[in-house]
Amino acid sequence: MIIHGATINTRSFEAETGWTINSEGACKADTCIPLPFDHDGQTLPAKALAEAMHLPFVEAPELDIMAIGPESFGSHSLQTARAPDLSLPDLNGNIHRLSEFLGQKVILYAWAPY
Amino acid sequence: MWRALRDELQPNGVELITVGLDSLGADGCRAAIEMAQPSHPALIDTHHQMATRFGVVNIPQSIWIDEQGMIVRPVESAPPPPTDVAPPPQGADPLPQRLTDIMAEAAQIETDPARYHHALRDWITKGSESQYALSPEAVIQRSAPLSKDRAMGHAHFELACEAVVQNEKGIAVRHFRAAHALVPDSWTYRRQAWSLEAVEAAGPFARFWQGPSPNAAESWPYDSDWLTDIRREGPANYYAPWQD
Repeated sequence: MIIHGATINTRSFEAETGWTINSEGACKADTCIPLPFDHDGQTLPAKALAEAMHLPFVEAPELDIMAIGPESFGSHSLQTARAPDLSLPDLNGNIHRLSEFLGQKVILYAWAPY
Repeated sequence: MWRALRDELQPNGVELITVGLDSLGADGCRAAIEMAQPSHPALIDTHHQMATRFGVVNIPQSIWIDEQGMIVRPVESAPPPPTDVAPPPQGADPLPQRLTDIMAEAAQIETDPARYHHALRDWITKGSESQYALSPEAVIQRSAPLSKDRAMGHAHFELACEAVVQNEKGIAVRHFRAAHALVPDSWTYRRQAWSLEAVEAAGPFARFWQGPSPNAAESWPYDSDWLTDIRREGPANYYAPWQD
């Protein structure tokens, strides 16, 4: 995910990565990672978060942005078969979340105009 | 291309959600979506979240998700329905040699639409009873491998896409190159980067040229291009074969 500046909105981080921030730290499925900084507010320090969670990150200081990559604890890209709640816009900019489609079978189809 | 299939299956409680992977965002995807006139959600994935979160490495690929939100088939090659093959583009003007070469290689790419669509209909009819609906354990095992290097590659690629969004070409190229080195099997990572290079000789096929300009090969900022890579890896290996 892309972070502008030095802090990340907690709810955005949760939505985009599937991690939940609670009193135990950062949790996903059976894993909880303690965070060595205050984490009950609306924002988190992006770099310290990535370091505490051993997430890869890349900085582009010229643009004041950084990218945090996915965790790589196990050997597989999926740690659970539960689909992440992908949230993306349509052509009109309206955001759609995968969870809106619960109750239906979904064929999620990736394509590209190149 | 999938619209007829989707409209047929939708009353059975199935939805097709297409996701366009393009750092040019809505502008890059608009023409194709409007031509398709979809009756299903057509989403835009500017930063290739489909790669980071689901492991997409080529297109077209699909993931199947059941009514409870569980993945029953992780990412795999998704050929169009067998009856739905687009004819090759025809025009009055002869194509540039590179595009003829690209089409010759593309014609040798192997897909198995019959097996994929047989499995799809089987799952839609039988749900969890279908042999093609995998258990959660099997889904995890079959999902793409993820190393620290690969995860870092995803971060570089997302950053490159954001640089494209902000019109920072030089920064984008640097991070696309890093992503290519760290995730060498991703065709989408390479194709996205290559497709953004403007080549005058390509004309209306600009995004498919994906290689150096005939007159300025030395200014090509990447280590390879589509034609070189598909010849080296072999068109038969472009997509992983169907696995029940």
